[in-house]
Amino acid sequence: MTDALLPLIVAVPLLAAGVAAFAQRRHRWAVALLLVTLTANVVAAGVLVAATSGGGVIAHGIGGWPNGIAIPFVADAFSALMLTVAGLLTLVCVIFALVAGTGSNRLFAALVLVLTAGVNGALLTADLFNLFVFVEVMLLPSYGLLVLSRRGRGTDEAVTGSRLYVTFNLFVSTVLLAGVALVYGVAGTVNLAELAGAAKRSPLVAAALGVCLFAFAMKAAVVPVHGWLARAYPSTSPAVTALFSGLHTKVAIYAIYRIYAVGFEGDQRYLWIGVAVFSATMLIGVLGAVGEDRMRSILAFHMVSQIGYILLGVALFTPLGLAAGIFYLLHHMIVKASLFLSAGAIETRFGTDRLEDLRDRVGREPVLMVAFGVAALSLAGIPPFSGFFAKLMLLVAAVEAGQVAAAVIAVVVSLITLLSMLKIYNAVFARTVTGGDLPSGTAGATVRVRQRTRAGLAAPAVTLAAVTLGLGLGAQGLFGLAEVAAAGLLDTTAYVGAVLP
Amino acid sequence: MILALTIGVLVAGAVYLLLQQDRLRVILGFVLLSHAVNLLLFSAGGIDSREEPLGGSLDPATTADPLPQAFVLTAIVIAFAITIYLLVLAVTGNPAEDDGLSDLDETGPTAVPSRGARR
Repeated sequence: MTDALLPLIVAVPLLAAGVAAFAQRRHRWAVALLLVTLTANVVAAGVLVAATSGGGVIAHGIGGWPNGIAIPFVADAFSALMLTVAGLLTLVCVIFALVAGTGSNRLFAALVLVLTAGVNGALLTADLFNLFVFVEVMLLPSYGLLVLSRRGRGTDEAVTGSRLYVTFNLFVSTVLLAGVALVYGVAGTVNLAELAGAAKRSPLVAAALGVCLFAFAMKAAVVPVHGWLARAYPSTSPAVTALFSGLHTKVAIYAIYRIYAVGFEGDQRYLWIGVAVFSATMLIGVLGAVGEDRMRSILAFHMVSQIGYILLGVALFTPLGLAAGIFYLLHHMIVKASLFLSAGAIETRFGTDRLEDLRDRVGREPVLMVAFGVAALSLAGIPPFSGFFAKLMLLVAAVEAGQVAAAVIAVVVSLITLLSMLKIYNAVFARTVTGGDLPSGTAGATVRVRQRTRAGLAAPAVTLAAVTLGLGLGAQGLFGLAEVAAAGLLDTTAYVGAVLP
Repeated sequence: MILALTIGVLVAGAVYLLLQQDRLRVILGFVLLSHAVNLLLFSAGGIDSREEPLGGSLDPATTADPLPQAFVLTAIVIAFAITIYLLVLAVTGNPAEDDGLSDLDETGPTAVPSRGARR
């Protein structure tokens, strides 16, 4: 009975989006509908986590068709955890967007709801073609959100960034579709459960699924195809950047974990490719941030670097490596969104996120300073925040798997990350450190600085920073769940058995 | 064989167009590319059996596989929608920027910042 409720996680946001699309200029009810639906989404995902935390798998074939023909929806511990964190992030970022003004567009509620439906569907489906469709459902409202702004405040930059983003994603989607076609051609099915282990047995299926993995790696901004992310993300409004940072690339990472675990059954022969590419991603991503001079550009490059860490977990494919990767993924979604929201609060208030312009203008912002500092330290991997635990586990797993070079790169990159975070922190928040008195020439700009940032703007970032502290102190709880999720990826019989009973 | 050649020619044309400077040509390149992938999807279902998959008594040896056809239909709709959106984006934005972009040989300062944006 409860299995049949699974598609509701996708259907309810879609229905709500359809209703919210009717919102006119005064659209309080649409915003209320948005918030209620997103809250219900988080609650439902939490229930799913509780139901799957013992290693159980919930599956439902839509429409009562026989298994193998029906479109399968599956929730295991991994997807349930992802659903929860993604839902939570969406809620927090939407609240920020409403406070910051991006959410005042009348189509905002509908777009975010479709986005949520797409993300949920992509996390739940067990069918490659369906995955492609849900990724598109996720991307289409994103194209709208990218150029969304307050009336009359649209920028050419948003259009330029959007062109890049849409063109790139259309290309990647086409490659993904070609991969799905090839999989269907050589394996005769695109049902992940029926494909279980097929890539391990047949090099042809491995090549076809490899095309899909390649497409998802591009979507996840793995080096050398990371340039689009660093250029497109800073061009939109701060709230949307934070929202995307927690959802889009992470869905691609989820797909890579899932496809490699089920289709390849963790085939050891191809892991070296992952280790090499993801180590390069860590290093090149963080080096890219060095030359940037905008808060969001720096953060976007760090995202690329962190994606290397997360995917290193799947490239190790040991129980500890996978659990560490999943923990890292969840931690990263929260921390990155927190950083983007802090930067967004600054940008909303001062109208720019260029470090040079912000120097000596921000003044003392104790709340944002602490929130940004906590999230930045967590990103770099300093105890007692969740980043420390995630990195430690990943390093231990890498050394245990014999990938000492990757572990060394991970440590070095952590240090550069810390340096880069200090660069933002020093320039924006710690006025006294960088140069003392305000220059007299900018008196006009400093008039507004006397007041502090509104509490509503800072609250989302602070909430997420508190979550990372909580996860760092109580890491064992989430890590236990991550271990259950990793076990589900290592041994896919429960997953396959649930889809094809 | 003809199908494979057609897909090959379409992809070759798409790659050529995608590497062009002009926005409209890039979009036309995407049209060709999505056609190529749609044909690829079609051929994945086998091209020898062509009977319509409707009705009660079907011979699996001659009946076409309906699944790739459903895939292609979905893919066409999605690609079409995004192509239209790309066309809208191509004509939106700063007109001053377009002056530098519409001409292939133009390498003025206005063309430089957005050159990467169109790939």
